[in-house]
Amino acid sequence: MENIIDVRGLTKRYGEILAVDNVSFEVGEGEVFGFLGPNGAGKTTTIRMLTGLSRPTAGSARVLGFDVESEMVKAKKHMGVVPEASNLYDELSAFDNLLLMARLYGVPRSLRRARAEELLETFGLYERRDHLFRTFSRGMKRALTIAAALIHGPKLLFLDEPTVGLDVVAARSLRNLIGNLRQQRVTIFLTTHYLEEADLLCNRIAILVKGRILRIDAPEALKYGAEDESIIEVSFGRTPPEFMDELSGRLPDLKAVETNRNKVRIYGGAPAHVLEKVLQYAKDRDIEVDGVNSIKPSLEDAFIKITGLSPGILAIEKGGGR
Amino acid sequence: MWRDDLRGIFYIALKDLKTYYLKPPSISWGIVFPITWILAFYLRNPQNFEQLVPGLIGMTILFSTTAAEAVVINFELRLGSLERLLLAPLSLPAVLLGKVIGGTVFGLLMTATVTLGSVLALGLLQFNLLHLVLIIAPSLLVFSSLGALLCVLVKEVFEAQTLLNLPRFIMVFLSGVVYPVSAMPRALQYIAYLMPLTYTIDGLRRAFSLSQGAMVYFDALMLSGFFAVLILPAIKLLHRRFE
Repeated sequence: MENIIDVRGLTKRYGEILAVDNVSFEVGEGEVFGFLGPNGAGKTTTIRMLTGLSRPTAGSARVLGFDVESEMVKAKKHMGVVPEASNLYDELSAFDNLLLMARLYGVPRSLRRARAEELLETFGLYERRDHLFRTFSRGMKRALTIAAALIHGPKLLFLDEPTVGLDVVAARSLRNLIGNLRQQRVTIFLTTHYLEEADLLCNRIAILVKGRILRIDAPEALKYGAEDESIIEVSFGRTPPEFMDELSGRLPDLKAVETNRNKVRIYGGAPAHVLEKVLQYAKDRDIEVDGVNSIKPSLEDAFIKITGLSPGILAIEKGGGR
Repeated sequence: MWRDDLRGIFYIALKDLKTYYLKPPSISWGIVFPITWILAFYLRNPQNFEQLVPGLIGMTILFSTTAAEAVVINFELRLGSLERLLLAPLSLPAVLLGKVIGGTVFGLLMTATVTLGSVLALGLLQFNLLHLVLIIAPSLLVFSSLGALLCVLVKEVFEAQTLLNLPRFIMVFLSGVVYPVSAMPRALQYIAYLMPLTYTIDGLRRAFSLSQGAMVYFDALMLSGFFAVLILPAIKLLHRRFE
């Protein structure tokens, strides 16, 4: 079976800035493939190249068997795109927006209205079908934008940060929908900076930093790869401001990351030795130790290990996560 | 594929007509401004007003189409919804042509109103309808394309309207709207013949004076040439914007 997406050495340069640097990957039919990385990693730029909104500087890509530079219009017939911004028409109603998309994608006249109504039902917007898009909440706009991308029954769906701005209930409902689409063998290319979302939804994840793919693998395999070193999580009571610097000074060859307020994960080293040093430090500085755990690696741990970045960078740059 | 493009052009133009043409910039520059000029000319010289009718029709074509393009292109560039159209299975030229056709239809509605109003109010019942159509149709496309070309260069509607005012006012003063081109100094005449509005006004004058057709066909041919000269770089610039 031919790959649904096949990317070879794809590169995008804006003047001096190298936004995407020689990335290669493939996505099989029915797969949910995640692009995980901080803001500015090149996720959206890659989607723009794969959907015909931007021309690659170098490299090649085939989507649904069509070359993205010379045969994009043919590929677009069978793919849906949910951009990062919900960009339907403010002056049109929810129903008219879907009808317009159905017309532009060549959905047969006899099916357009029924398909639009079915999607409005699915996304819980049927009661608001005659309301203008501009009157919708952020979550409702997101939902309608996704509905618009599904109007022609695409084989491939690009979702660029689909749950940004959604409340917990709406985000969960969207994840359920992605699960349903996966069952229908729709291939999904998803970009996200939410680790748990990527872990939950994706068959495979590419970790992207500064335009380069650092690793591509299944979430479980990424986590397994992080298991070759011990992880100890220590919860402290009140800590002084210089606490993290001091603690790192006591553990010079190890990586200590503050994952939560007063909660620290220490990667690597012999657990007994690490624990002894940490407890000694707490005793010296008169800091209370509330608890100690040995941790099974999560995708977050794998991300830290692969990128060397704090997972906080994913949340901070996008405005705090959820 | 061309059938997909034709369908896309039709629905984009239809959507734009439904969505944008009651926006304030369309009304102020596309409707209020030409009407104000017409009234100003009428109040100044009501006796010879019929001589100004071709110029006023030409000006209505120019302002209504270019104002419409600023709205349909720049609103969508700012909101990102133009990208939504480019994600559909249509070629980029089809998306831009949809925008140009939408502006053309808006301009046609305005021009038809002004033309009919002038003809009926002033009793200008002697004109060559075929010649009028031969001049008005390509003119609407030319000035819509001019609007599209300049509007893809900027993002905001107000920037587009400001940029458009430069060619608009140069053409209004040099293309024979008020003063005949033949009465201008020779250097200005050369400039006038580089401007599409000159051929629109000349063709309209000939259509109303029932003069022989050869020059009207020449004017229509020149306008068709201007359409090609303007639409092709507009497509290229839009391509570049999304590179």
